[in-house]
Amino acid sequence: MDFAFFLIQLLNGLQYGLLLFLVASGLTLIFGIMGIINLAHGSFYMVGAYLAWSLSSMTGSLTAAILLAIPLTVILGMALERLLFRHLYQRDHLYQVLLTYGLILVFEELRSLIWGDDVHGVAVPALLNASIPLTDNLSYPVYRLAISGVCLLLAAGLYFLIQKTRLGMMIRAGASNRDMVQSLGIDIKLIYTLVFALGIALAAFAGMINAPLSSVFPNMGGQVLIICFVVVVIGGIGSVKGAMAASLIIGLAETFGQVLVPEVAGMIVYVLMAIVLVWRPEGLFGRA
Amino acid sequence: MKNSRLIGFLPWLVVGLLALFPLVESTFYMQLLTKVLIMAIFAMSLDLLVGYTGLVSFGHAAYFGLAGYALALMAPKYETVSLWWSLPASIGVCALFALITGTLVLRTRGIYFIMVTLAFSQMLFFIFHDTKLGGGSDGIYIYAKPTMKLGEMELGSLEKLENFYWLVLLLTAGSYLLLRRILGSSFGRALLGIKVNEHRMRALGFPVFKYQLASFTLSGALAGLAGYMAAVQYGFVNPEILSWHQSGAVLMMVILGGMGTLYGSVIGAFAFVLLQEVLSNQAWFGIAAKHWQLAMGIFIMLVALYMPQGLAGLAQKFGRKPAEETSDE
Amino acid sequence: MNEPILRTKALTKRFGGLVAVSEVSLDLFVGEVHVVIGPNGAGKSTLTNLLSGDLPPTSGEVIFEGRNIAGCTSDHISRLGIGRSYQKTNIFLPFTVFENCRLAAQSRTPHALSVFRPAEGYAEINRLAEEAMAAAGLTHRAGRIAATLSHGEQRQLEIAMCLATQPRLLLLDEPLAGMGPHESQRMVELIKGLTADHAIMLIEHDMDAVFALAHRLTVMVNGEVLESGTPEEVRSSPAVQLAYLGGEELLHE
Repeated sequence: MDFAFFLIQLLNGLQYGLLLFLVASGLTLIFGIMGIINLAHGSFYMVGAYLAWSLSSMTGSLTAAILLAIPLTVILGMALERLLFRHLYQRDHLYQVLLTYGLILVFEELRSLIWGDDVHGVAVPALLNASIPLTDNLSYPVYRLAISGVCLLLAAGLYFLIQKTRLGMMIRAGASNRDMVQSLGIDIKLIYTLVFALGIALAAFAGMINAPLSSVFPNMGGQVLIICFVVVVIGGIGSVKGAMAASLIIGLAETFGQVLVPEVAGMIVYVLMAIVLVWRPEGLFGRA
Repeated sequence: MKNSRLIGFLPWLVVGLLALFPLVESTFYMQLLTKVLIMAIFAMSLDLLVGYTGLVSFGHAAYFGLAGYALALMAPKYETVSLWWSLPASIGVCALFALITGTLVLRTRGIYFIMVTLAFSQMLFFIFHDTKLGGGSDGIYIYAKPTMKLGEMELGSLEKLENFYWLVLLLTAGSYLLLRRILGSSFGRALLGIKVNEHRMRALGFPVFKYQLASFTLSGALAGLAGYMAAVQYGFVNPEILSWHQSGAVLMMVILGGMGTLYGSVIGAFAFVLLQEVLSNQAWFGIAAKHWQLAMGIFIMLVALYMPQGLAGLAQKFGRKPAEETSDE
Repeated sequence: MNEPILRTKALTKRFGGLVAVSEVSLDLFVGEVHVVIGPNGAGKSTLTNLLSGDLPPTSGEVIFEGRNIAGCTSDHISRLGIGRSYQKTNIFLPFTVFENCRLAAQSRTPHALSVFRPAEGYAEINRLAEEAMAAAGLTHRAGRIAATLSHGEQRQLEIAMCLATQPRLLLLDEPLAGMGPHESQRMVELIKGLTADHAIMLIEHDMDAVFALAHRLTVMVNGEVLESGTPEEVRSSPAVQLAYLGGEELLHE
């Protein structure tokens, strides 16, 4: 493997990992703060991708589509939290699993009714439709770099939000002590709605920006969901830092796995998870 | 007293009536009923975990599907294989896989446990989906049903629908009795204790992990029995039998019937499979039948929200408590 | 003097920067009730958790019958012969009183893993459960669901379960918490009756009970042992009077 090829794989792995982080960070925040297991989280990734496809074919621009779709997914997230998830906070995980599993079926069928069952491609925005030549016959697409950049920006923003802002302080306090927060007069319900909508929007956004690379197809949420579960298990539930570390590990492991040992590449993430379970069952950054 | 004896007699009455069913001679309904009974074994195996050990697994399809693949891979192409060794071998493979995954997943609790069981079942899904081992996404055909020979004598060809039906009915009743027996034993009581108060069980000196692992392995083995029978019935296996939709469906059956009751799993399997048949019936619902999962999804959400104790819970609310509840023994 | 059944050496537990139990050394003897008192947050419950294996110690030793059990799991320690009751009632609420005790007794028998024999089919286990119920004065409640018992009876059940495991050392964490005077008196009698053939470490706030039962008394403050000795020695200790009692006449008869 020469250097340029290695570089390309490295960048691909990082880009994939960063994209996973967007989906997994929302998942882990919702776990950590609200104690909810949301199997339907991958469905929002799918919804984002389909919105990007249908709105960009309407408007002719992916950028416009994304700008339109983000508020839609935030509203969707808030509405679902108010209507459904709110009833689950005090319930056993069993019922959370069941309800969100039912939600997956509903989302898949609605997707089929609204958008059909075909696979669709989404065009890369013209501005970013270029490649950086590395050697005579290897080059790297600008769009992938742009995705990585946007993901890094969002990760930094998330870090700032949680560590430095008043809302973030309330989020952190809410995770450790619900009653205490409520007695301080902070509206925990509002925080939950906001966190949930944020998590949903992040997953949907990941689906939107990845649509040109992955294309848009039925059941695309399921696979992302499982990988993100692995990310959360490895990183530690509720830890955004852990989600970042685990996303990058998984992204690189899968990418290099597919190049080096394609026969067993699909297994690698699960082997990693098994190792972490033996070594540190609470996850890399989890609280014991 | 009279009442409780009547209720204790009820399962036998049901089995007796079901045994007479082939006399009706409707191929479609006999096949459907066979499927229901197989799913009932599968659901009971999960109830052992969810309802009696307090472990919510969302990857139970792994053991169901693995047994099917074990049979398909063991059976020589176009030739028959003996039930006598292929069934124990398939169950053994599942038990072994459950033992290995169990030692890993049981290091976690709660939400983690749900995610990790799901992840390991998906691992198996991708092994069979992505590699040539099990024929990829097309799966493998099982051309001939296993044989049951005693010496040279064939006890009953499973190619005949009613023979297969009776075998499955026998196995369902047997699984129910076996689980009842086990759950009434010291081991079963310890499992219930772990479900109710794991911490206290540990403080009393119970090696909780070993008990959970034993339960997990037994549950995986029983799911394997169901999976083997399902593979025989359909005549093929493909990765779909390992998918998480299968895990979701069986969990739904357990809840719908009423978890922690065992008989609830049987009722839940009946109700779920019948509902599936009704909702996807094109003659009744026309074009809507194509999107039957929409109605199913909404139904599942409603059960989760408004019927947490399932049908058995409803029955207990309106009728007398069944005699086989452990608390009043 | 005979050998202590349990001896801790410089037992310490830290939670991050906080030292909950610091360098605690104490001896427990069969036939003696060793009472640990101290204000809330003194580290009494943490100490119990270290001895029972609910928490692993940060450093130090716990020698039980000649072997170091520091860091062993709670189920292992229970099987070695240390039983504990909890400050917050920790029983199987949906089960009957008998089943609570039967389960506890079952933990002592190796054939309890037998899968086919009905759980009630073991005479020895049933006998142990009956005895534990009788000792705790709960025989007349055998068939009741634990959740429907009064608070005092639930505390008795807590002790009965502990007894059913046939421990040689009992760790009792505030068994009188929330009990009325009549129930308290019964519990004190129960504990007295157990003293002859058990070693008992008792954590208690009720000073009447403390002085009715204690052979030895240890006062803990901020995770450290302030004073340890016979009740008379502790009562006359200036350090205890100053730090713990703050001039209040709590220690008079």
